[in-house]
Amino acid sequence: MKRPDFAVIAGWMKAGESVLDLGCGEGELLRLLATRGLRGWGIERDPGHVLAAIENSVNVLQSDLEAGLAGFEDNAFDHVVLSRTLQTVRHTQQILAEMLRVGREAVVSFPNFAYWKNRMAVLNGRMPVSEDLPYQWYDTPNVRFFTLLDFESLCDGMGIVIRERQVLDERGALVPEEHNFLGSLAVYRIGRGA
Amino acid sequence: MSEPGSIGPVEARRQVFNEPLTLAAGTVLPQWELAYETYGTLNAERSNAILVCHALSGHHHVAGWYADNPKNVGWWDNMIGPGKPIDTNRFFVVGVNNLGGCHGSTGPSTINPATGQPWGADFPVVTVNDWVKAQARLADALGIEQWAAAMGGSLGGMQALQWTIDLPARVRHALVIAAAPKLTAENIAFNDVARQAILTDPDFHGGHFYRHDTRPTRGLRLARMLGHITYLSDDQMAVKFGRKRRPEAGSYGFGVEFEIESYLRYQGDKFAGWFDANTYLLMTKALDYFDPAEPFGDDLAAALAGARAKYLVIAFSTDWRFSPARSREIVNALVKNQQPVSYAEIVSQHGHDSFLMDDGYYHAVVAAYLRNIET
Repeated sequence: MKRPDFAVIAGWMKAGESVLDLGCGEGELLRLLATRGLRGWGIERDPGHVLAAIENSVNVLQSDLEAGLAGFEDNAFDHVVLSRTLQTVRHTQQILAEMLRVGREAVVSFPNFAYWKNRMAVLNGRMPVSEDLPYQWYDTPNVRFFTLLDFESLCDGMGIVIRERQVLDERGALVPEEHNFLGSLAVYRIGRGA
Repeated sequence: MSEPGSIGPVEARRQVFNEPLTLAAGTVLPQWELAYETYGTLNAERSNAILVCHALSGHHHVAGWYADNPKNVGWWDNMIGPGKPIDTNRFFVVGVNNLGGCHGSTGPSTINPATGQPWGADFPVVTVNDWVKAQARLADALGIEQWAAAMGGSLGGMQALQWTIDLPARVRHALVIAAAPKLTAENIAFNDVARQAILTDPDFHGGHFYRHDTRPTRGLRLARMLGHITYLSDDQMAVKFGRKRRPEAGSYGFGVEFEIESYLRYQGDKFAGWFDANTYLLMTKALDYFDPAEPFGDDLAAALAGARAKYLVIAFSTDWRFSPARSREIVNALVKNQQPVSYAEIVSQHGHDSFLMDDGYYHAVVAAYLRNIET
């Protein structure tokens, strides 16, 4: 899978900062960030991915995502990243709160269920399958389906501040307008409210 | 890559140290020896050496076999050899028998030069710090300024961890496997029951049983039976033994009836036949005393803050002696310090003993980590 969101995420971080990548897979993002002078750790549950991450020389901690943050101190990291994973997490509010406890700020990317092609699919009577929602309904790891507006509303309710937002289409190009309609993947930089 | 193989026939070596060694207990060993083995070749830069530290009942015979006894295969032979996770085509591996051991290094069963008799109970209690000091002297003797890695399972993993704290400039990587940052009350309790079994054996003679030409085999056997239970998992015992009976079962007596009884007695007898009771006492005490955070106000992160090594921490799902939660204490302390660490939690049914088993994922993780170590 191509990861156009990585360029957006990396653009929000500076050399010398620390980052925790939740669900880091084979460590591609952490590798990219290491080349830019960041210190990173990843949390990953899948043994095959953990092995690949070790092969990729990134710091990977094998753990369940939803339990994995409990051992970390408040403000342990400059950034906590959850890329394309929020929709697979059952306890959405808890994970967001934990991310903003252990991180000074957080980055979240997720597929936009309100992307126009997804809306078309549902209008045509079928669940959407796309570049950013690549699963059939019966084998998807996704358990939460939501849109940009839904996420922003949740942030508002939780007192989470949205610092930046970038929205990408299916090809990974930046969407300049009508984000909740034209955006297939959203990337948010969020922080704790005052 | 060729098929992974055995390192083949190996020979035990002996290093005599004439420089005195001051132990944590205050005792000074004026002259002492370490038994060790090496596998592979030390490169010209002397930068490819890996120290393998042993656990409670281990020793320096880590891999390969002895020409005069091919059945005597090293205790971690599945891990070490050409093409194996610790690849001897690339690394120079050193296995050492710790001070206080009973396999050739100076210990309770060797002669105390002051008396001409075996040290016995007079041999000082040794700590993990003492072992690191002694191993460093061996490194000096071998011309190894800095280990590429120090590693081990259980008590061996604790030594690897201690290396990075005590001599941070001399170790680049630590592989800390099936270990814990210190023992719990429950861990110490098991150790003390084991010690009591030995100490109360009438054949122990206050540790000077050598003079009486006897050995406290009953106590040592019980100690090992108890210890062995803590190395296994409930799951594995259920699968392997369950409630299976011996042919002589059903006698309404106290003989061997269940297979697990037969197994434990066999393990106890086997162990009591060759291991030294004083060494067993010392090793369990070293475990109990191990607590690198204590001098740092019980703050493990503070203890590790001066370390410069990179870490691979590994735990096993069914290990209840040193459970994955204990390994995560080490990991969390390192992450708190923003130190490099990877952690793998291996699903295995073999309990604490998993670190000795040939598990595909476990070995792949170790191999992958070591492949990325620069030499």
